Amino acid sequence: MSKLVKNIQEAIKLSGLEDGMTVSFHHHLRNGDFVLNLVMGTIAEMGYKDIKLAASSIFPIHKPIIKYIEDKVITGIYTNYMSGPVAEAISQGIMEKPVVFHSHGGRPRAIEAGDLIIDVAFIAAPAADSYGNLNGVDGPSACGSLGYAYPDANHAKKVVAITDFLVEYPLSPISIDQTKVDYVVKVERIGDPRGIVSGTTQLTRDPVAHTIAINATQVIKNSGLLKEGFSFQTGAGGASLATAYYLKQIMEEEQIVGSFGLGGITEMFVDFLEKGLFKTLLDVQCFDLKAVESLKTNPNHQEISASFYANPESKGAAVNMLDVVMLGATEIDIEFNVNVHTDSNGVIIGGSGGHSDAAQGAKLAIIVAPLMRARLPIVVDKVLNISTPGKTIDALVTERGIAINPKNQELIEKLKGSGLPIYPMEYLKEQAEKISGKPQKIKRGKKIVGEIYYRDGTLLDTILSQG
Amino acid sequence: MRIEKMAVAGSLESNDVLVTVKPNEQLGREIIIESIVEKQYGETIRKVTEEVLNDFKIDHIYILIQDRGALDCTLRARLETVILRAQGGNKDDQNP
Amino acid sequence: MTRIRRSLLFVPGNSPAMLLNAGVFGADSIIFDLEDAVAPNEKDAARILVRNAFRTLEYDQFEKIIRVNSRHSPFFTEDLQMLIPTLPDAILLPKVEDKQDIIDTETLMEALERDNNLPLGGIKIIPLIETALGVENAFSIARSSKRISALFLGAEDLTADLGVKRTKKGKEILYSRGRIVIAARAAGITAIDTPFTDVDDEKGLIKDAKFAKKLGFTAKATISPRHVTTINRIFSPTEEEVLYAERVMAVIKKAEKEGKGVVALDGKMIDAPIVARAQRVLEIAQTLRGDLS
Repeated sequence: MSKLVKNIQEAIKLSGLEDGMTVSFHHHLRNGDFVLNLVMGTIAEMGYKDIKLAASSIFPIHKPIIKYIEDKVITGIYTNYMSGPVAEAISQGIMEKPVVFHSHGGRPRAIEAGDLIIDVAFIAAPAADSYGNLNGVDGPSACGSLGYAYPDANHAKKVVAITDFLVEYPLSPISIDQTKVDYVVKVERIGDPRGIVSGTTQLTRDPVAHTIAINATQVIKNSGLLKEGFSFQTGAGGASLATAYYLKQIMEEEQIVGSFGLGGITEMFVDFLEKGLFKTLLDVQCFDLKAVESLKTNPNHQEISASFYANPESKGAAVNMLDVVMLGATEIDIEFNVNVHTDSNGVIIGGSGGHSDAAQGAKLAIIVAPLMRARLPIVVDKVLNISTPGKTIDALVTERGIAINPKNQELIEKLKGSGLPIYPMEYLKEQAEKISGKPQKIKRGKKIVGEIYYRDGTLLDTILSQG
Repeated sequence: MRIEKMAVAGSLESNDVLVTVKPNEQLGREIIIESIVEKQYGETIRKVTEEVLNDFKIDHIYILIQDRGALDCTLRARLETVILRAQGGNKDDQNP
Repeated sequence: MTRIRRSLLFVPGNSPAMLLNAGVFGADSIIFDLEDAVAPNEKDAARILVRNAFRTLEYDQFEKIIRVNSRHSPFFTEDLQMLIPTLPDAILLPKVEDKQDIIDTETLMEALERDNNLPLGGIKIIPLIETALGVENAFSIARSSKRISALFLGAEDLTADLGVKRTKKGKEILYSRGRIVIAARAAGITAIDTPFTDVDDEKGLIKDAKFAKKLGFTAKATISPRHVTTINRIFSPTEEEVLYAERVMAVIKKAEKEGKGVVALDGKMIDAPIVARAQRVLEIAQTLRGDLS
């Protein structure tokens, strides 16, 4: 028995794809992904129209789909994050319908609840056998965890695996298994592993980021959470990684053994695991090749699905077990609402990813950001659009001071006498404006180009086109 | 003051501004602003530039401002530097 | 409030980003560098930039020091002309070799203070000792003016002058370090230690700074913002030192009440220098506590 079909076109035909249907992709190959372009290119060539694209993220490499949007091949997009030319084109209003933004936990919720119905899932598989067993750790395009592909594999009506590394049956280890997969296609290359690396995962040389990190570390230390069983999630930003670096120093000095590291996994987290500072890593996505290698070789480095990671309606999301999460922001307002979807000009540059999921789940959610970024104050009266509600954020840590959400009185009490520079949010905003001058309000367009859905499926905010 | 020759000051580093000036005898003040924070601070940048040009009594100038988020005090410093650099060579040979 | 000087951070004079962020790293003093950190064809730009930064940015939370160009460079006079009016706390004067360097500098500073209606003698001078001749003349330099608030050892140029290799262990500068500390103390001022230049070697920094403190330095300069916290910690009085100082002051008080002349603590005689040191330690400790509240 074999599920192998000769090419993508054949697989599309067999899948029964029709105009108006929804196709899905995962983003583990990140900016090195060839599969989305390959499949959408074929779909366009075959003459399909009105296809809905459910890609867990869209990167600069996916620029070719702009043409398919213009040609009405693609008429709807569901995603958790988008950056680069596609995001800019969307911001200019090239699509009739707004892009639907989910969070990493909200997407599997929508899929499982039937809000987002996937007709055909195309799963980039770094390794596969001909009967549809897949993993992400082997082959020339190894990307590590396949966490975001699980909901698609489990719930799509048809599942097509696309690989460049076909092995004899049965594959070992198996990540997504043969009971979920309808067809397997072998192609030349599914991606460029160098493109999966998210920014630099080296320790930053920016001294301001280190000052922010030292402040954040002190907030965590004084919160009382940094003790036996500590669990932690961080993004790959400079200040976040530097905070992990300082936490590691404290954990080593004070011989604290943590419980788990969660989310997007970097070399930094692998080092925690290997030094015995975490018992396990729960990995929904690998951010660098060290993480990929560790997932493959270290049994305590575990692959988890998007639903396991953050789905609020699953029977257990890992974010709920989390002590501390470090998160970024392009803007944060007086009410602690955070924007990570658009830049200060209102152009789409990202998305929730796991931002709002981890913020709600963790006991302590810290935003780390410089108080000014190229002159622009990070603290504003009202964010351009809300990505994460302020009520789920506990603190903003900058190089010039810390603001604690008044909702978290317990934390405020704990930080009394810590010597940390804690101020009201309004004060931080004034400080920034004193240095930079008050920025003029930007003009925005009238068209709604994006809808931001909260992790529970409710509409949180909308994104307007560029002015 | 007159702009005698082309001159440059500043840099394209974050928080800095690269200012280029050229003589512009036919036209008056030609101010071109390219800023990463143009939407938020474009008017301020123009206002500061006009002020500095007024202070130095410069009416004929081509000036290109490539801003990377410079504060007003930085912009003023770079403008002053570039204007002084645009004066002909040594102070001695200012009298022809 | 007494000003404490444990860490001195060099900030390149022509970098707007660093001028903007100078205050966020917790350094007791910032040295705005117009000399080595600025290329010869950017001296004009740096001077104007630093002057504007002094006029507009809030720099009250640290000691403001300007490293001007050497007295023998073509930039020296203009540096002072433009920056004395901005009222820095001190001028760090490079390559000081004898007291004449100080006397001449002071003459120019005084003239500029008069021209600009500034209080006379308010701006201090910190001589940077970075040549063999400078080390040899350290004491007479230290006593050459009331403006001199500390001696600063610059090991990079010094080892170049000596024709020896600069190492992390620093045996090659041991004599000079000792000499600078003695000269400074003999003149009643403090000594500032040379930067530890490997930004990424935290352990090396700790070792080097602790050693400098043992020798008698009261502060250390750095070129890396990331070194500031460590330097501050090492040059702050330890808990042990504070406790001892408190006990010294307690027995002194008691002795005064009882009219005793000679006082002992733990079998050791407490004389005037020990008392003076105890007072200084408590003063610093108190200021640091004030910092935190």
